Amino acid sequence: MKKVYPYIPNSAPEAQKEMLEYIGVQSIDDLLVDIPKELRIRGGLKLPRPCLSEAELRRHMDGIIDKNIPAGRSISFLGAGCYNHQVPAVVDEVVSSAEFLTAYAGEPYEDHGRFQALFEYQSMMAELLDVDVCNVPTYDGAQAAATSLRMASRVSGRNVILLAGAIDPDRRAVIETYLDPVLSVEYLGYDEKTGLVNPAELKEILNDKVAAVYVENPSFLGSIEERGASIAQIAHDEGALFVVYVDPSSLGVLTPPSRYGADISCGDIQSLGIHMNYGTGGGFIATKDDPRIVEEYPSRLFSLAPTSGGEWGFGDVLWERTSFANRETAKEFVGTHSALWGIGAGVYLATMGPRGMEDLGRGIMQRSLYAKKRLSEIPGVSTDRFGSVSFKEFVVDFNHTGKCVKDINEYLLGKGIFGGKDISSDFKELGQCALFCVTEMISAEDIDFLVETLRDCLG
Amino acid sequence: MNKTAMIRRFHQASWDEPIIFDLSEPGQRGVLVPEAGPKIEESVGDGLSAIPESMRRSDIPLLPEMGQPQVLRHFNHLAQENLGADYNVDIGQGTCTMKYSPKVNEIFATSSKIADLHPYQDESTVQGALEVMYRLGECFKEISGLDCFSLQPGGGSHGALAMATVVRSYFRDRGEEDRRDEVITTFFSHPADAAVPIVKGFKVVVLPPDKDGLPDFEAFKAALSDRTAAIFFTNPEDTGIFNGRIKDFTGLARKFGALCCYDQANANGLLGIARAKEADFDLSFFNLHKTFSSPHGCGGPATGLVAARQFLGTYLPAPLVVKKGDRFSLDWDMPKSCGKIKAFYGTLPVIVRAYAWIMSLGAEGLNEASRVAILNNNYVMKKLLSIKGCSISFPDHAPRIEQARYSWRKLKEDTGFGTEDVQRRIADFGTHYWSSHEPWVIPEPFTVEPSESYSKADLDEFCAILERISQECYDDPDTIRHAPHNSTIHHVDHDVLDDPDLWAITWRSYKKKYDGYFERRKD
Repeated sequence: MKKVYPYIPNSAPEAQKEMLEYIGVQSIDDLLVDIPKELRIRGGLKLPRPCLSEAELRRHMDGIIDKNIPAGRSISFLGAGCYNHQVPAVVDEVVSSAEFLTAYAGEPYEDHGRFQALFEYQSMMAELLDVDVCNVPTYDGAQAAATSLRMASRVSGRNVILLAGAIDPDRRAVIETYLDPVLSVEYLGYDEKTGLVNPAELKEILNDKVAAVYVENPSFLGSIEERGASIAQIAHDEGALFVVYVDPSSLGVLTPPSRYGADISCGDIQSLGIHMNYGTGGGFIATKDDPRIVEEYPSRLFSLAPTSGGEWGFGDVLWERTSFANRETAKEFVGTHSALWGIGAGVYLATMGPRGMEDLGRGIMQRSLYAKKRLSEIPGVSTDRFGSVSFKEFVVDFNHTGKCVKDINEYLLGKGIFGGKDISSDFKELGQCALFCVTEMISAEDIDFLVETLRDCLG
Repeated sequence: MNKTAMIRRFHQASWDEPIIFDLSEPGQRGVLVPEAGPKIEESVGDGLSAIPESMRRSDIPLLPEMGQPQVLRHFNHLAQENLGADYNVDIGQGTCTMKYSPKVNEIFATSSKIADLHPYQDESTVQGALEVMYRLGECFKEISGLDCFSLQPGGGSHGALAMATVVRSYFRDRGEEDRRDEVITTFFSHPADAAVPIVKGFKVVVLPPDKDGLPDFEAFKAALSDRTAAIFFTNPEDTGIFNGRIKDFTGLARKFGALCCYDQANANGLLGIARAKEADFDLSFFNLHKTFSSPHGCGGPATGLVAARQFLGTYLPAPLVVKKGDRFSLDWDMPKSCGKIKAFYGTLPVIVRAYAWIMSLGAEGLNEASRVAILNNNYVMKKLLSIKGCSISFPDHAPRIEQARYSWRKLKEDTGFGTEDVQRRIADFGTHYWSSHEPWVIPEPFTVEPSESYSKADLDEFCAILERISQECYDDPDTIRHAPHNSTIHHVDHDVLDDPDLWAITWRSYKKKYDGYFERRKD
């Protein structure tokens, strides 16, 4: 007997018969006449035996998924571009509502809610970043960074990008892929004493071919860059744009990049109420309301627009700049990115409010300081590799413990602790160092337990 | 059995919902943040005084201040003013493969054992995640007929970027990069197929359609040269016409040493029927969120799986998931890899849903999904073509695969109303309709893709709505002219959107430019 599938209503033979009669053909095969025999799959697909009922499927899927031990439910000091923050249940509630979850590219007339929610997301991000323009999310922060640099190149008419300071190696790899071969990339590392950009070196290396100076703040190694204004000045003096990648979870307490001269701020919204999902994200790009820059965004920008009925309406700004309208003459490309996370981040920001973002930043600062202090009490362990203040993440130096990070992390894992990211291969000059991250999810007891366990390990 | 198609009475919610900033009430809070606690405070103080002065925020960000019930109610109002695919016969969103995303898959995708994983966890603690990725890849080797895969791309256009990046790396490795600087694509492929190769520094040649709607073979012959790096083809294209001569194209491209790249955004009609291998493609991407069913999330998160033949596998974005014995791991040892396309490894919740969807159908079910998608499409096509004013692109060419591009040219000539008018009016019936990708070579176009998720009654309802609207265009022009009538909002005035003095991309920008409801500031 023919199988009828729950997700395929017209797999029912009765429906098929009626429809075939209406079309005037004998069978579905008669509708495949355009596909020649030589292009057909011989013998059908060979796939695993299906789990046709939900019960079987759940058993199969749970059997696989249950093998995971989630960091978010353990004591985890992992960060490095993906962060374990509190995700208020109200965020999950909104992003899992079928109205938002299953919608796509509707028009202002039936998807008014999506337009308004994303406009509000843009607007709240703009408050956090102190700018007038922010886009609908890109794939992730790495792409936002890469696109920001391409935008800077188009604005300045130059084609060299200078990546300065301690940069996330994973993000740097994406940037390099995305710029290659149209733009070339040069590097200015970090000052080994401070972990920050050295302005004198920057001045030396900068020339009139450089389209943008790109700095991450806090840096990948956690340091707060305090000389943003001088870096901006140096970049601007040479006619380059200043692009800053920023962790939005820091902006309740740290100065937003636009205030120290960033022409483009970019980053990832995963910190703003989005689960880690094994490394997912959504990128933001934010600038002033200067048409020369706005015209260079490839992504969607929703604007308020009046309606004939006097309601708040919305629409796409400068549709003609996007690849939807312009194909091969467009500014890069746009497609399905990560809009739902934009709505989620909007709910998060509204829920947190100004005081929540301030509390978040303060709590993270306090925990970082406490963790650094306690860890440095362990003989051989140092947390002051750099003489700079850090936010959320910091380097823990194990070089004088006689053990490598890999072994230490294995020991910690055995005690239920996810240790910091091993950066010994990406930052060889630092030797055996790990990048530890403390978010608001980490308690004093967690830190104390880490210290105690490390003492045992390094004994 | 022959019921008259139902047209429902519908009115979308309209809450006259303020922009969220206008709901702010000083001092209110929506959530509390875990405090550091006395032990930490006593040890390190307030934490803020440690921040260098130049970097300490001098004010608070002007976010709304709201209690949690008020935040939820606001977004629930917006949700009610949004028509998710779960609420309507969403087949007017052609080229996007709107289909049912099974609810049980949400349970897997949002489980803490997926949602709370960190990408740098020890591999021993993410064996389940890696196993799903690996198993999905194995399924795709069969579905595409190709040998290797990467799950890194964040969506369909990103899948195209992954292909373009592999193409460049391949020719760089062979020392042909400077010479091979052209990519050939077609007029009815997705806009990204034309836009993406530019990002990777290629020149793009776009083939016009011939009289049958297929890429013009003579133009193709003329465009090919030893400069051609790759062809980026979709088959079927957005017209739903399958190019049975595709092997002539790939074969000829191969003679010129070019790589053949397959945009399989329109794969929903081909599962178990035809695939990249038999058509001689070297690379191919799929939109997991479309063909393999993930909710579209107002525009993502998505996933664009890219598959490759063996000889291109080493160029895919690193890392790939490998299996050794019973253990799964990420293989970074790929010296020829084209680099990274996206942070970390791919969008796991979408990958999980796609795998669950494939497992819930199996080979036969996948094939049935495609066959029914084709049946539904041809059924709708016959119905729509009986509507006054409606015609189809390339009318001599029937049947179609999974979708078709139609035209209201005649309707426009007869009544003055075109596709945008239909689009405004259809919102009054509780459904959605998109025109088509630009440029509109087919006059007054619309594209319908009735995937396998819709019943005969659903399809009849959608067709009856379009028939009613056509009738109104002829008989009741005022109804069309002033539509929508039952929506959250009335006709949007788009004049402000292209004018730097008038657009308002954020609320603060609006406040700076306007005095009140779109009244320009005088100062």
